[in-house]
Amino acid sequence: MVRFDNVGMRYGAGREVLRDITMRLAPGGFYFLTGPSGAGKSSLLKLIYLAERPSRGLITLFGHDLATTPRRELPALRRKIGVVFQDFRLIPHLSALDNVALPLRVAGLRGERVRNNVAELLRWVGLADHLDARPATLSGGQQQRVAIARAVVSRPSLLLADEPTGNVDERGAERLLRLFVELNRQGTTIVIATHSESLIRRFPHTRLHLEGGELTTTMQLQAEYQ
Amino acid sequence: MSGLRRILGGPLDLPLERDGSGRFLPWIVALMVYIAALALAGMMALHGAAERWQAALAGTLTVELPPGDAARDDAVLAVLRATPGVRRADLLDKAATVKLLEPWLGAGLDPGDLDLPRLIDLRTDGGAGFDEAALATRLAAAAPEARLDDHHRWVDPLLRTALAAEILGASIVLLVGAAAVLSIVFATRTGLAIHQGAIEVLHLIGARDTYIARQFQWQALRLGLRGGLLGLAAGGLTLAGFAAAGRSPSLAGMAAGLPRLALTPLGWTALALLLPGAGLVALVTARVTVLRSLARMP
Ligand SMILES: Nc1ncnc2c1ncn2[C@@H]1O[C@H](COP(=O)(O)OP(=O)(O)OP(=O)(O)O)[C@@H](O)[C@H]1O
Ligand SMILES: [Mg+2]
Repeated sequence: MVRFDNVGMRYGAGREVLRDITMRLAPGGFYFLTGPSGAGKSSLLKLIYLAERPSRGLITLFGHDLATTPRRELPALRRKIGVVFQDFRLIPHLSALDNVALPLRVAGLRGERVRNNVAELLRWVGLADHLDARPATLSGGQQQRVAIARAVVSRPSLLLADEPTGNVDERGAERLLRLFVELNRQGTTIVIATHSESLIRRFPHTRLHLEGGELTTTMQLQAEYQ
Repeated sequence: MSGLRRILGGPLDLPLERDGSGRFLPWIVALMVYIAALALAGMMALHGAAERWQAALAGTLTVELPPGDAARDDAVLAVLRATPGVRRADLLDKAATVKLLEPWLGAGLDPGDLDLPRLIDLRTDGGAGFDEAALATRLAAAAPEARLDDHHRWVDPLLRTALAAEILGASIVLLVGAAAVLSIVFATRTGLAIHQGAIEVLHLIGARDTYIARQFQWQALRLGLRGGLLGLAAGGLTLAGFAAAGRSPSLAGMAAGLPRLALTPLGWTALALLLPGAGLVALVTARVTVLRSLARMP
């Protein structure tokens, strides 16, 4: 699904923020990406969701070698990936409904069916009463749920979440994680970048740990309890 | 327009109407279209005038003879009439010649006072059957003192001036078009900068560059058409004013110095094409600007 071979990355002419990353993410896997602040977690995710290019090494995504994939084929790859951005990145002038419908519209789908599916999804994340609300009128937790709904609405095969539990309390975070687990059961590969050790211990996962731009451990961990 | 947009591009994901980036665009485009309309009308009027001068003089020549030899005059007339391609050759009598000179010498002149040259008005069929060089040779043989005038001495500088003015007009239209393109580029870049965050999101969730460009191009088309309509209306009013001034007896003197700005239906059609032209230029410019900017994203 995702394959890195000796990948390095730098911003502009700066130093390498990621070095010699070699890893494989299997279809249907559930991954936590951990590491201290500044270790390069967000940068690694950006490489996967095609916001940045590696400065060296080889990335293979859904079987496509990114170095040789023509630019015009990248949008189709991006549509298979759902991203929950650390800062949500909702579009301010669009309602919650239109924000969540955006990935479908971009893919050329519109109409009544789309609207109903999106409304259904928003109800599922507990925002039935806020379909027409602008992001600015929603609380942080509500915005986060809109962002998550937008990431999953097109049923991506790969879901990337960058600190998706940063803005909510412990119980809220656990509820969100259960949502990801449910998606994972339906076949979506999940990668979650997080700081919260206490949280991830409760879920079975594979752990990718970054330290100073290098991948130090890749371990399979069972949940301590479920 | 919203119906059109639904068919052509779907709802706008970016609030381009409300961001202010294109607020001045219609006014700029209106001014450009106004200037272009006047320049175009001037060019077409000049072109028409030049064609009329040429047509009026095509197939006419004048032969000038020193006065005082009626037998030679008749011989020259006979030679001229026998030349292939010549339709008519008429000797102007003294009264007609004096009338020709009236603008320079004033009326009430006694023809007897002047030793006027004799003029022969020559009409040819204007086609390939007439050979001016051959005629000049035959004329020189019959009367070496005769002068053949084909009027090019007068008309050529006029035609050259008209051509220069037409080139100037075309340059104005091109320059104005370039200025309009530049303002559209800047307005589009402003829009891109204002909505950079939203554009990045669209890009990352898999929007093709053309999808994002569509948002800008329909808005630019709208603004371009709005400006074009305004400029064209103002230009049309101005031209109609010129035409009316040309017809009005009290203003005829003032307007006499101007080329006739009355346009043919074809001319009005050409002017009307400035409207879709402005819209199209706006659309294409915005699209190309956005696509070039997005091409820098990974
Ligand atoms: N846009 C950027 N331009 C230049 N340098 C950057 C940029 N983004 C991140 N960096 C640098 O790259 C390194 C890794 O940053 P990154 O955001 O990937 O860390 P992180 O592990 O996500 O940290 P955190 O847990 O605080 O979110 C840092 O040293 C950071 O300063
Ligand atoms: Mg980060």
